[in-house]
Amino acid sequence: MLWDWSFAISIIPTLWEGVKITILATLLGSVVAAVVGLAIALLRRSRNPLVCKPVAFLAEFVRGTPLLVQLYVLFYVLPDIGITLSPLVAGVIGLGLHYGTYTAEVYRAGIDNVPRGQWEAAKAVNLTPSQTWTRIIMPQAVPPMIPALANYFIAMFKETPLLSAITILELMNQARSIANFNYRYIEPMTMVGVFFLVISLISVFGLRWLERRYGRVGS
Amino acid sequence: MDYSGYIALILQGALVTAKLTVMGCALALVMAFVAGLGRLSRFGAVRALATAYIEFFRGTSVFVQLFWAYFVLPLLGVELTPLQAGVLALGLNVGAYGAEVVRGAVQSIGREQREACVALNLTRFQAMRWVVLPQAIVPMLPTFGNNAIELLKATAIVSLISISDMTFQAQVMRAQTGSTLVPFATIMVIYFLFALAISGAIRALERRLTRGLDGVRA
Repeated sequence: MLWDWSFAISIIPTLWEGVKITILATLLGSVVAAVVGLAIALLRRSRNPLVCKPVAFLAEFVRGTPLLVQLYVLFYVLPDIGITLSPLVAGVIGLGLHYGTYTAEVYRAGIDNVPRGQWEAAKAVNLTPSQTWTRIIMPQAVPPMIPALANYFIAMFKETPLLSAITILELMNQARSIANFNYRYIEPMTMVGVFFLVISLISVFGLRWLERRYGRVGS
Repeated sequence: MDYSGYIALILQGALVTAKLTVMGCALALVMAFVAGLGRLSRFGAVRALATAYIEFFRGTSVFVQLFWAYFVLPLLGVELTPLQAGVLALGLNVGAYGAEVVRGAVQSIGREQREACVALNLTRFQAMRWVVLPQAIVPMLPTFGNNAIELLKATAIVSLISISDMTFQAQVMRAQTGSTLVPFATIMVIYFLFALAISGAIRALERRLTRGLDGVRA
């Protein structure tokens, strides 16, 4: 009597609307995180202490504070200084910035993993810095990073329920509004949990495949 | 405008956040060792149980677990205060991540150590307690520190089930004063200081536990 199947089935279409937003936010957030992470990793390599020190501190700061609070800042503080973002844009930027500080470490490890000899050889054959990066370093550094990056994108996917706090109608928010409207919590909450569990279990296999295909950083 | 009353409110919230972090970490630590060693058990049933726990709590987000503990468990007859639900969800979630750390560290202890234990006729418990764990604890520490910081950051979400933690108080201040920058900047700095305190404490603990081990380990 606790679990009502017909109710569970009846709410699937509404939940599906949320799933779409959840997936969209994850994909966009992953793109932002990949770009932000690369930018942080490159800026931290700068020899100018006025660049690398502040970037390092900011990345450290973002990583040490909760994503939820960062979302609140993007959503509540920015409009006060004249920047009004739609909830989804604020959410994607928040996810991207937060996870960008994590992916920066992946890029750093991947770039450090390219043997010194490759840099020296690039210099020896007179490649410009941009040629060295795009032709020599990145093609060797990126493949081993892919599984580690994917791991963070999956972690980000599991954090998307936080977006409900800034009024985005993703899966968790749809479930909460169904629950509050019908005063039935057990079905929507459990279905959201099962959804995340199933996707995570599938992604474990995906990650293993990526690791076999591309190897891992540090091995 | 005078914010001092609200800042005091936020500091009260900081205390709640600290309490949640400490209690969550305590539960997480226990679960990490129980499940991590459970995965290395001789008995298939124990291994399966530990694996199921780890996969379940790593696979669903802590947010969903928190809401489930707060809204669904009462329907199943388990009444929890918001604080209990918060500690339970945070501790079990981070404990699942910690369990993999414990397993990895224990497995990284060399075969020869275990063989020496057999040669000395130690029981399995003695070998674990006196030989394997003392060596395995040190490599666990840095990752445990990161996990503790993850837990600290995750405490912010308990504000959504009406626990008056730091984030909750910042929202109260925002709603009542209309000021947005002051409350959120304040709590960001406090969260960051907490995170720095955790990583500092872990580093000190690491120094303490590796004292006299220079040159013994690679």
